[in-house]
Amino acid sequence: MELAFYLGGLVAVIATLGVITGTNAVHSLLNLIVSLIAVAIVFFALGAPFAGALEIIVYAGAIMVLFVFVVMILNLGQGAVEQERLWLQARTWILPAILSLVLLGTLLVTLSAGDGGRMISGDMLTAKAVGRTLFGPWLLVVELAAMLLLAGLVTASHVGRLPRDRRDDKKGGN
Amino acid sequence: MNGIPMEHGLALAAVLFALGLAGLMFRRNMVFVLMSLEVMLNAAGLAFIVAGTAWGQPEGQAMFLLVITLAAAEASVALALLIQLYHRFKTLDTDKASGMRG
Repeated sequence: MELAFYLGGLVAVIATLGVITGTNAVHSLLNLIVSLIAVAIVFFALGAPFAGALEIIVYAGAIMVLFVFVVMILNLGQGAVEQERLWLQARTWILPAILSLVLLGTLLVTLSAGDGGRMISGDMLTAKAVGRTLFGPWLLVVELAAMLLLAGLVTASHVGRLPRDRRDDKKGGN
Repeated sequence: MNGIPMEHGLALAAVLFALGLAGLMFRRNMVFVLMSLEVMLNAAGLAFIVAGTAWGQPEGQAMFLLVITLAAAEASVALALLIQLYHRFKTLDTDKASGMRG
């Protein structure tokens, strides 16, 4: 279990580095999927199998497929990779990297200064307990999530439509 | 060695969050910005799971479910905006969309 946790974490960090430094959008997306699956392995190792399954089904399965689909719709081509390489100069990324490192250092120092020593034994917390929480005391939160998804659906279908003239062009052209 | 210290799990979440934040700041292509946002949301979910399992309570996983819901809604709206950006400016450069009225 410890081995799965540390190896999964290592793979997640390396794949995430590949995501943020990649120049090809599809390669970065595949790296992101690897990172999400590694985080799912971390969840399984920690004893949260329901969350791990959800991570694979919803994140790696649904959201990432949406990303891949949009990237394929846009059909960026070879020029995009050259453009990305031009944008990724050292003077562009050095300052944000330093800022994030400072924030990360602060977080880590704060973590190590806390009253630590709590161990995660890896006991399973199954979907039954989660369901009892969600549909018992947290029912209102579930309804709020449903409303959020409905709002997201309406917004995406409203924002995502093309202007009328362009849509007619496309119909006429084909 | 029995069990994982909670700090290690939280440190992993912090590292992933910092990587996502750095990507969010230094990328100009909107696809990469959105991917960095997903990484950051995922790190927040990981922190919830670590805390939930450390105390042996299911609330962490319930909260993770809500984080995933938020990520799904955010991804769909943001990808619709991305398609609009590409159709109007023929580019994914976020700086091109910084002016009002195009």
